[in-house]
Amino acid sequence: MIFLWAFLIGGAFCVVGQLMFDVGKLTPAHTMSTLVVVGAVLDGLGWYEPLVKFAGAGASVPITSFGNSLVHGAVTELHRDGWIGVITGIFDVTSAGISSAIIFSFLAALVVRPKG
Amino acid sequence: MATKTRPGARIKLNSVSLDAEDYKRIAKKHEPSRSVFSNCARAFLVGGVICTIGQAIQEFFKAVFDMSEREAANPTVAVLIIISIILTSMGVYDKIAQWAGAGSAVPVTGFANSMCSSALESRSEGLVLGVGANMFKLAGSVIVFGVVAAFVIGIIYAIFGIQGGHS
Repeated sequence: MIFLWAFLIGGAFCVVGQLMFDVGKLTPAHTMSTLVVVGAVLDGLGWYEPLVKFAGAGASVPITSFGNSLVHGAVTELHRDGWIGVITGIFDVTSAGISSAIIFSFLAALVVRPKG
Repeated sequence: MATKTRPGARIKLNSVSLDAEDYKRIAKKHEPSRSVFSNCARAFLVGGVICTIGQAIQEFFKAVFDMSEREAANPTVAVLIIISIILTSMGVYDKIAQWAGAGSAVPVTGFANSMCSSALESRSEGLVLGVGANMFKLAGSVIVFGVVAAFVIGIIYAIFGIQGGHS
């Protein structure tokens, strides 16, 4: 069942992105930035976590979950360490995504012969 | 190396080498305009499939390594990113992206794709000034706006002393 919801919710996020491309005439960079901020605000309101529980990867794979994780790290460390946690916690949860993207992109650039 | 073309100049796509972004832009301009509905259907299909694959990877980590839902999220994202970077290196991801539009851009794989293709494109400018400086050319805006938004929300939480369901 979780697979069905992952498919439907994940697809729905992508449709929102596609509508921003086609109807909103936004560039991909504007669309992605907006979706990240939307994800951050949703987590700020406390609505994103229930969505992840409900849809699994359907909510944790789209880029909105990046905004969600940034807020999550900041707020978690805020509660644990006080004010400074807002700064130190932001990349707490997202480190896996950003670090692996940097590392493997770099390796790819070393190994792969540029096309064209 | 991307060949500089005058704006509006007629070019043959198969004889001039372009970087992925140029190509996408030009291809978009020349291809017959598709209906918003079919674009959305494609985005839904591909985005849904990518998320379903993500769910399968997550279930795998939960079953094999006995991880909780939350613990499994990080390795899942990492695996998706590795897959995306391999596909980008082989030139497959950009082909999918042309068909799928936002369906392949919105998932985290699209984020990795933008970083990897920036890195590959600028490889010829050197490792430091090319790969290092340009990797975040597209992904940077996502990180900047995400971090600023998270900071603002964190400050709001701090000022109003909200004890949300974050743990």
